[in-house]
Order: sequence, then structure tokens, then C-alpha cells
Amino acid sequence: MYYRETGQNVSSYAEDRRMVPVREDRWIMWTFLAIMFFVVPFWANDYWLSAILIPIMVLSIATLGLNIATGYTGQLSLGSAGFMCFGAFTAFNLLFRVEWMNIWLAFLCAGIVAGLVGIIFGLPSLRIKGFYLLVSTLCAQFFAEWFFNAYPWFLNYTSSGVVALPPFHYRFLPFQDQIFDFFGLEKDYNAYVWRYLIALIVTVLLTVACKNMIRSSTGRNWMAVRDMDIAANVIGIPVGKTKLNAFFVSCFYTGIAGAMYSYCYIGNVDFMIYNLRRSFLIMFMLILGGLGSILGSFLGAIFVYCWPILVTRFGDAVFGGGTLDTAFVENNSKIIVGTIIVLLLIYEPMGFAGLWNTIKHRLRIWPFRT
Amino acid sequence: MEVLTTILSQLATIFSTDPIGGMFTPFGMETLIAGMLSGIMYSLVGIGFVLIYKSSGVFNFAQGTMLLFAALTYVSLTERQVNPVMAFAITTVVMIIMGIIIERTVMRPLANQDLLSLFMATVGLNYFLEGLAQGTWDSAVHGLDLGIPSDPIFVADVARETFGWESPWFDILVSKFDGFAALTALIMVGGLYAFFQYTRTGLSLRAVSDDHMAAQAVGIPLSKIWAIVWAVTGVITFIVGLIWADRLSVSFTLTWAVLKGLPVILIGGLTSIPGCIVGGLIIGASEKLGEIYFAELFGGQGIEHWWAYLTALVFILIRPTGIFGEREIERV
Repeated sequence: MYYRETGQNVSSYAEDRRMVPVREDRWIMWTFLAIMFFVVPFWANDYWLSAILIPIMVLSIATLGLNIATGYTGQLSLGSAGFMCFGAFTAFNLLFRVEWMNIWLAFLCAGIVAGLVGIIFGLPSLRIKGFYLLVSTLCAQFFAEWFFNAYPWFLNYTSSGVVALPPFHYRFLPFQDQIFDFFGLEKDYNAYVWRYLIALIVTVLLTVACKNMIRSSTGRNWMAVRDMDIAANVIGIPVGKTKLNAFFVSCFYTGIAGAMYSYCYIGNVDFMIYNLRRSFLIMFMLILGGLGSILGSFLGAIFVYCWPILVTRFGDAVFGGGTLDTAFVENNSKIIVGTIIVLLLIYEPMGFAGLWNTIKHRLRIWPFRT
Repeated sequence: MEVLTTILSQLATIFSTDPIGGMFTPFGMETLIAGMLSGIMYSLVGIGFVLIYKSSGVFNFAQGTMLLFAALTYVSLTERQVNPVMAFAITTVVMIIMGIIIERTVMRPLANQDLLSLFMATVGLNYFLEGLAQGTWDSAVHGLDLGIPSDPIFVADVARETFGWESPWFDILVSKFDGFAALTALIMVGGLYAFFQYTRTGLSLRAVSDDHMAAQAVGIPLSKIWAIVWAVTGVITFIVGLIWADRLSVSFTLTWAVLKGLPVILIGGLTSIPGCIVGGLIIGASEKLGEIYFAELFGGQGIEHWWAYLTALVFILIRPTGIFGEREIERV
């Protein structure tokens, strides 16, 4: 009774073009954003920020990036972590070497560099299709891992291969020092609150941008190419250009996610963490969340990231702390995740997003049944 | 400009008979042959892939984990004092049962879905088997010695003693182990060829691989055929797993064998078993030659991970469905 689109008529084109057409959805969205921006930073402790909220946002953006290439344009990619690596290293080198650089510009450049690399590795998609394209993206993945290992300049010749990011890298406000002095705040710029806010702003901006791209001609072209590229070509969609811009946007998102992964989440730069396993993890998030759905990217990231934590917590609560072997937990959560993937593909091919839509639909017509 | 000339002169050295950096020398020959033989190891992994892709259009990502699962089962059984022949038999049965179960629970409900969902399902299967293999047995590193000789043969000796030939080009070493792997591959491919060409089941398999629906329409039991394919693949995977395990030892790293097999089958074409062997030869040779002759161009070692994929990419750009792959005609 409280959630109905019935009777919400539009009377102008501006209203018709609204991003969120249902009034109740808008309320929910604004409330949610207000809580995320104004309540969470004051209320949440460092554990929640550093181990739950920030990684979820970062991984969601990475999943969204993969979603644009795989879910919306149908180009299979297993190189997400490689593109994240390019993003992270671009941001690090810019902030480290350029005096006047701020973190927003560095993230933007990280996205652009990763996007350009993405175009290079996406070029073969003009000629090859389907599974054969895996070669190109896997090549990107292994190339990234090798590249930053072979050229230590990018890591400022650190022998350990890991650089911890110092607080002065986090330049997110103009006149930051003066402002912090004025309000009498402590000058640890890499505190989790600031990292959280940076990640939140980037996440919101990128999500809104993605939503709008999807419902514009760009997104429609992507989906046409995904559904059948020959048919798309016949009706006059430039298939090659569409594929390449999908690769650019996809890797732009993934690159920014990589920069966020380093800056907001783990706080150091290290090419070892951007390995193939991470690419697969992002792939899982996408499959479980649902291909071709923005909400799905978030749900998938939340599930895959939180699942092992939940299992461990649950095990500790039931069997007492420390009795469960980590290998046991890991193996079983693998078995369960694998089962869930297969079951979802059989019963709900659209993933959690599809599940969510089904539930919503059922509730809407309740007490009647479909 | 200067960089360009250096690179060009380096390239000129590589493609010459120069005894130090040239490719057309006995040492270069040895590298080439060693590479091709080690490529056969990759072909072995590829055969399982191709079998399943050919018959059901599924790109089976779980291949590497099936390999690990089989090898781990065998090793764990022998470590528990089961005699090797018995362990071999048990593992074979386990793999056959596993193939049938996979067909029942994963493939049959997903029949006629699009290829991407089927691929994703095997990714899920991969995760499941990974957990199952390591949960049932353990995740420690196990050694495995099947008694395959691994010492090298000096070709010049053989040539002199058997044929009486003398040439500096025979001064090369060939590993017996690689020879053994090549022989296994040959037998397997021969057997599969005969199976596909001369048996009734093989005929149905070819029909199914051509067109699922048409095959069903003429009365071929699709699910039975798929169960057979998955079971056969399971057994082949087990044998391949043993060979790989003998070389690498049984541990989680075995699953990465899949990543070595991937460029191989893509070069050869996803639907062709001979293509798989040719692809293995190409990838193996290119990997070894790249490591020895081209790594310096990129200012560092360890290029082999992406070099194989780059090679595959070049081949695929020339022939988008691999060397022997079937070219599909697409219609709107």
C-alpha cells in the first residue's frame, strides 16, 4: 500500500527522464545517501569502515567495471585485476611525483590510463569473438603483473615490492592544511573516515554515471552488440566503436577501483595483490550479482566479500573462538559458493538482482500469485 | 632512433646463425625441440577441454580442478597404502562417477542455455571441486613418482650408434620424460580419433557436436552422450593429471595447468583435437624461444606468462577460430 507507482503521472519531459522514476524509490535513495554521508562517518568505528564498508564499495566499482564489458556488452574479460593494477600504479606515481596533484585528479588519470590500456587489449575484440577473446584479457592480466615487476621504477625501486602510502598522498581538499588547522582537526589525512568519504564520493559519482550511460544511446548500443552483434551492425550501430568504448569505460571504472583499492582500502601499493585470483573473485561477484544489473554488482560484491567473514563469525559464535580450522572454513565456503553459483544459474540466471526483482514483483501483487 | 636501431640489431642477431645470440644454431634447435616437447604437456591438458567443447559447447573451466582432484585422489590413496593398480582403478571409477554426476546436476538442467551461462556454471563447478578436493584430502604438497625416466638423451650418440650419422646439429639433449608425454599424447589422440570415427557412440558424438537440436531430433539421447563425454574426459584428465603430477608434484599449483592449456586450444581451434597438439607444439616452442631469445628485448626475465598468450593472440588475429577450428556462419 505504501509503495505503488500507480498514480504517479508525469507531466513534463524532464520528469519523464528522471533517473529514479518512482517517488518512494527516491525517498529511499536520498535517505540512504544521507545516512551514508552524515551518519556513518560519525557512528562507525574503524573496523566497520576499513574491513566492511570501504572494501565493499571498492569491489562494487570493480564489479561494475567488469559488468560494463561482460554484462552489458558481452565481451568476456578475465583481466580486471590487471587493469586495477594499472590504475593503482598510475595514481601512486602521479601523487608521488607530481607536487600539485590531488587525489581526485589522480583517480581520474588512473581511470583514463587503465581505459587506454583497456582499448589496446580490447582491439582484438574487433576480429575475434566469444571465448577466443579470453586470450586477450588474460594476456593483459599477466602483462600487468610482469610489467610492474620488471620495471621497478614504478614502485620507486622499493626492494620489498610494497610501498605503504604516506598521509601526504591523501590531498583531497584545496588548502587542506589550513582547513584542518582552522577546525582544529588532527592531520592524519589517511584516517579511515577520510578514506571512507573519498571512496563514497567516487562510488556515488561512478554509479550515477553508469546508470545514466546505460539508459542513454551509449548503453543501448552496448546491449545491442551484446544481444547480437551482426544484427546490431545491420541496423547501423558501429559495432567496432561500441566495443572499444565499452572496453574504455569498463577499464576506466576498473582502473579507478584499483586506485581506490590501494588508496582507500589497503593503504599500500603492491602488484602482487592484483593477481588472477582477484580477477576471478570479481568475476564471481558479477555472476552472483547478476549480469547486466547495477544493483547486482553491489549485491554480488557484498555477498562474495562478506561471505567468508560471516562464516568465520558464525563458526566462532557456535563452536567457540578458534576451534574451527581456517582451511576447513575456506574449503567449505568454496563448496557452498560453488553450489550457489550453479543453483543460481539454473534457477535464477539473473543472479541476486533477478532474485530481488522476483521478490519485489511477488510482494507487489501479494496476496495474489504469479 | 637509437633505441630502434638497437632493437633492430638485436633482432638481426636473433634471426641469424650467430653462435652466441642466434636462433639458427644447434643450441637454438635444442631449445626449439625441448620447447615443442614441453608444449605437448600443455596439449594433454587441452584434450579434455576440446572433448567437452566439441560435444557440448561448454568451455569447461573446471578442467584444472578436475586434474587436481584426480591426482590428489590417486596420491592420497597410495599414501594410505592402497596398491597403485587398485588406486588407479578406484580413481578411474571415481572420475567416471563424477562425470556422470556433473552431467546430471549441472549440464542437464542448463541444456540449451546460452554459452556464457554454461561457462559460468563450470566456474562454479571449479570452485566446488576445489573445496571438495582439498576438503576431502588435504592441501599439502604431495610428491608422486611414477617411475617415468627423466634423464635426457644425447641425440648425437643415438644418431651415431644407430645410423652412423655425424653432424654438429645432433648435439642436442632431449628429455625422456617429455618424450614419454609426447607418446602418451599420441596414443590418446589416436585412440580418440578411432573412437570418434569408427564407433557408433563416436558418430553420435560428432552429430551432437554439430548441432544439439538436430541430433536430438533424429533420436540421439543427448544426456547419455554428454554423460559419456564427461566420464571419458574425467578419465583422460586423470591420466594427464598423473603425468603433470609426476613433473610438478600434487598441490594447488596443478590447477594452473589450465592456464597453460588455454592458449594451446585457442590456437588450435576449440573444436579440434589435432589442433590441440599443433597448438601445444607452437606454444611450447614459442615459450622457450621467447624466454631465451626475446626476454632481453623487454629488459627482464619471466615473460613466459604473457608471451604464450601474445603468441596465441597473433595466431588468432590471423585466424579468428584457431588453425583447425570450425568457422561458423552467423545469420541474423
